Amino acid sequence: MKDRSYAAVTGRKTEIIRDAVGVDYGKYERGGIAFDYEALMNDTGYSLEDHIRIQREYNVGNTPVFELHNLTELARKCAAPGKGARIFVKDEASNPAGSFKERRAATSVYHAKKMGYKGVVAATSGNYGAAVASQAAMQGLKCIIVQECYDSNGVGQPEIVEKARKCEALGAEVLQLTVGPELFYETLLMLEDTGYFNASLYSAFGIGGVETLGWELGHQFKERCGKDPDVVVCANAGGGNLTGTSRGLRKAGCKAQVVAASVDLTGLSMASDNQFNRKSFTTAHTGFGVPYATDPDHSDMPRSAARPLRYMDRYVTVKQGEVFYITEALANLEGMEKGPAGNTSLAAAFSLAQEMDRDQIIVAQETEYTGAGKHLQPQLAFARKNGIELLFGDPRDEIPGTNIIFPARPSLLKARDMDLNHLRRSLIKRQTRNLDHAITDAEIAYLMEETNAGEDFVRAALKELGV
Amino acid sequence: MAKKNDYVRIHRNILLPEERTGKLPEDTKNVPLEMWVKGYLQDESAELGDTVTVKTAVGRLETGRLIEEKPCYALNYGEYVPEILQIDRTLRGVLFEGEEA
Repeated sequence: MKDRSYAAVTGRKTEIIRDAVGVDYGKYERGGIAFDYEALMNDTGYSLEDHIRIQREYNVGNTPVFELHNLTELARKCAAPGKGARIFVKDEASNPAGSFKERRAATSVYHAKKMGYKGVVAATSGNYGAAVASQAAMQGLKCIIVQECYDSNGVGQPEIVEKARKCEALGAEVLQLTVGPELFYETLLMLEDTGYFNASLYSAFGIGGVETLGWELGHQFKERCGKDPDVVVCANAGGGNLTGTSRGLRKAGCKAQVVAASVDLTGLSMASDNQFNRKSFTTAHTGFGVPYATDPDHSDMPRSAARPLRYMDRYVTVKQGEVFYITEALANLEGMEKGPAGNTSLAAAFSLAQEMDRDQIIVAQETEYTGAGKHLQPQLAFARKNGIELLFGDPRDEIPGTNIIFPARPSLLKARDMDLNHLRRSLIKRQTRNLDHAITDAEIAYLMEETNAGEDFVRAALKELGV
Repeated sequence: MAKKNDYVRIHRNILLPEERTGKLPEDTKNVPLEMWVKGYLQDESAELGDTVTVKTAVGRLETGRLIEEKPCYALNYGEYVPEILQIDRTLRGVLFEGEEA
């Protein structure tokens, strides 16, 4: 029997992942820090048309776009005269398991089946678990979901407990763990024990699947409004949503500006047992969004297919109180009970619309299902039980883990810009931290792609770092 | 008492504090990594607290301490949160009653 200790299992990581994905990532390496991202994305054997065909076959995608007339009107009341773009939302909650994540799951499960794997494993506390479980059910594979769910007192985050319920309802086995990054160790053990496919969130199959979302958006707006949307807002955590959507928008010939939005959880440690239940958002927050944008390759794949800094034109944050506020507005003014985490992009869109002209269009590109536990009322009741103060005021004063501040007036809901150049420099720093040679022109060209920045910017950043 | 093939929930420590990875905050490092899973009891019979084996939804065998028989979901919509209704009043006041945005 193989050694099951932490050190031994993580030491076998490369072989376990290779066997569990069937892809040798070594062939994409281009020497030093560089790798061929487009080769990775184009090498899956699935074109955009294939992803669309697979998703149609398994009931994913083709979700409707709704115009939010009352939220638009409310934004116009908050904006300067003549300002206030039309706000739309893409109702991804209408996918079979309730989120856009099924686009990410469909081809992975399809490919796993084609390659003869008997089941799939995914490490996720989010909607992705339900997405993989749903697709596995439809396509006839077994499914194990490994989630971080409880603190050391055995208290579960209501949102994650609900997702466990849904995964089990869809036929999956759910391993629920306490807080800690060693979730990855348990996932490796599951992959090794079962020989199942690693349906990673960060594979090229997954990100390629999200391209259909951007592609649909581009075509839906051409048909409905006769033009491209001006801005598409994507919630950003691991970066796959934004990456796939942007690539799909480009493939549809859509020129929309792409804005990333995350819930601001600055100051909370994502690996802290004590702080685990002091946050009300378990995804789409800065605790994932910033580290994954600036260091994409710390996922469960040797090279992540989610590389959001390549695609984002702007990155804004919103506060927990603001996302809850817009979630309630969506229910009370638009008659749509969704979210709450899936409304991160809508909260940002409500604010950004106020900077835009009235004839312009802004789209929040997702909604997600809601239910007991995964809903603003249980989340807020849970926060209060954990000593978090619920206040009305100016959300910019919100302190994650201490209070949740709802806007006292709707005009106080304000998306705040992150410094994109700071994130770009941070990516360059992380990618060159172990550099053992003089940086090559090819590596500089790679960093320009990674940061979507010019040569002067990259060279200046490297000089600053002494590389 | 649970009998063979009853649906139950078990708990097991996966890593003890001293086995945990070095890069953790102190509060996390001081506690074990714990795991919960459900399945069909494989032992002839067992009491809560006994170490048992279950067969999971995918057919794997897992061992752990029996902590719950006939496990159910206790999720709900939580206690009354008056702030939510206050948000509704403000939103409708601004949109329909001419209150200040």
